[in-house]
Amino acid sequence: MSADQPKRSAADKVAFKRELTEVVPHLRAFARGLCGRPDMADDLVQETLLKAWAAQERFEPGTSMRAWTFVILRNAYLTDMRRNRFRGEYDEMVAERILTAPAGQEGPVHLSDMHRALLTLPPERREALLLVGAGGFSYEEAANICGCAVGTIKSRVGRARAALSSMLDDGDIPQRSIEDMRAHRAILQELDDVAAGRGQTQPTKAD
Amino acid sequence: MTVPGHSEKNQEGRKVAAETDRKGPEWAAGLKQLYNSVVEEDLPDSFKDLLDQLDSK
Repeated sequence: MSADQPKRSAADKVAFKRELTEVVPHLRAFARGLCGRPDMADDLVQETLLKAWAAQERFEPGTSMRAWTFVILRNAYLTDMRRNRFRGEYDEMVAERILTAPAGQEGPVHLSDMHRALLTLPPERREALLLVGAGGFSYEEAANICGCAVGTIKSRVGRARAALSSMLDDGDIPQRSIEDMRAHRAILQELDDVAAGRGQTQPTKAD
Repeated sequence: MTVPGHSEKNQEGRKVAAETDRKGPEWAAGLKQLYNSVVEEDLPDSFKDLLDQLDSK
């Protein structure tokens, strides 16, 4: 929140629109990693674009559009999680998409092993991993996006990596069949924790 | 810009570190693939429509 911004020129507005357009695929990729389900991820991105557009006076030309919009997106995601907006859909979605074989009219939603493993991580570890591992951000940039200390990001990334490696190396990720009730329950418990605020949803909480 | 733990310190110098930054850390190859696969998808019409509408707001 800076002091009075100089009024935006027409060129600034054109540049903003262009840069925002260019970042959409990256927003979709980040959102998909966070949410899992493509339609919900796209809803999140649409919400983000509208917010970004409304807030364009606050964007400093020359700074990273990607970093700026990623902040908006992850805040929207965490807010929606806290409000349990995704919850009824989310835990059903996660359980169903991760655990059941794809079937029916929508056609297969094939989540890779990596993606399924990723979705079992708590949101803050998942986002840290996505930002640093896939999003091309440094630890410092990721810390700025997540509103926490660099050390917190490093800790989250470290733990997320360890958890992910363990799952992928041991093949211990939720099965596609709904018969794997142990994993099913574990995931739903995790979701309950997050939705109830017992998860790590506080940005400044040391992790 | 090197961040401890993010770009590997090595004898080959900053150039390799910069490449690592761009490509991402080695351990994240699978994640990067996941991420890139979405980046490379065709943009759904809904986004094109939304972006077109923004100018009129």
